[in-house]
Amino acid sequence: MTDLFMVTVARTIPDTTVFVAGALMILAGGIGVIACKNPVHSALSMVLTLFGVAVEFIEQQAEFLAAVQIIVYAGAIVVLFLFVIMFLGVDQNDDVHDEPLVAQRPLAVLLVIISVISIIALGIEAGWAVGPHHVTGKTFGPYQNVGEVGRSVFTTYLFAFEATAALLIIAVVGAVVLARRSGAATSDAVLPSLAPTGAPQDEEVTS
Amino acid sequence: MSIPGSWYLILSALLFGIGALGLLIRRNVLIMFMCLELMLNAANLSFVTFSRMLGDIAGQSAVFFVLVVAAAEVVVGLGIVVAIFRRRSTAVADDISGMRD
Repeated sequence: MTDLFMVTVARTIPDTTVFVAGALMILAGGIGVIACKNPVHSALSMVLTLFGVAVEFIEQQAEFLAAVQIIVYAGAIVVLFLFVIMFLGVDQNDDVHDEPLVAQRPLAVLLVIISVISIIALGIEAGWAVGPHHVTGKTFGPYQNVGEVGRSVFTTYLFAFEATAALLIIAVVGAVVLARRSGAATSDAVLPSLAPTGAPQDEEVTS
Repeated sequence: MSIPGSWYLILSALLFGIGALGLLIRRNVLIMFMCLELMLNAANLSFVTFSRMLGDIAGQSAVFFVLVVAAAEVVVGLGIVVAIFRRRSTAVADDISGMRD
């Protein structure tokens, strides 16, 4: 088992404790998301998972991403989810028991178990893909974590960074178009109105 | 810091499996979206783990971009859910079968 887990540094008790706590939060939250009937409870379970992921980020010394994870996911995305759940008023009517497709649920469980086992087997086969190659900069370079991520984003991935700016603008415009309640026209006009505004902006990203 | 990377990768695989399972067995569109977020987070955890194990900051940059894409995806996705709900008054995936019928 030791070669499976590639022990290189002696594990310390605090590190193990933090990892186990984060892992429990992640798994409990994840199971809560798919097991809760009420979507509000699912959203709150998702906060637990996202917080657990942030804990694991800190444990791996990715402090900047941990902070961003909390701010963006727990602070913005989950709030957006909760807002839409309450806006639509769908917080109780989920028929978990009715199953239109025969044996869809057992098949889904089987498929997921096979997939997870395959992923882990791939990891073992590849020796967990460890190996030293520093492509864009060391994680623990001369700067702090924020500085290293910043250097990487603004030098190597500058084009991708600019593309995300376009992506965010398009997403905002798209959301406004989708959610707009067109005044005089019926709601049928919502989807066709997406086409003329969506098409030219799409080309901006690809070009 | 001293935890072997394989533990994180196994945890990430489990989280991905939970997300995929939820996506397959739940009918509520909003919960299916949440399961997508779980799967994205599993990928993020793998990225950060590889970043640490390979000593390469590129993995963390990738997570940064995944976060941006996830935020945009949620905004557009929830916009679509609201638009569908306005027309069909449902957020259950089985009821939205207009293109099949």
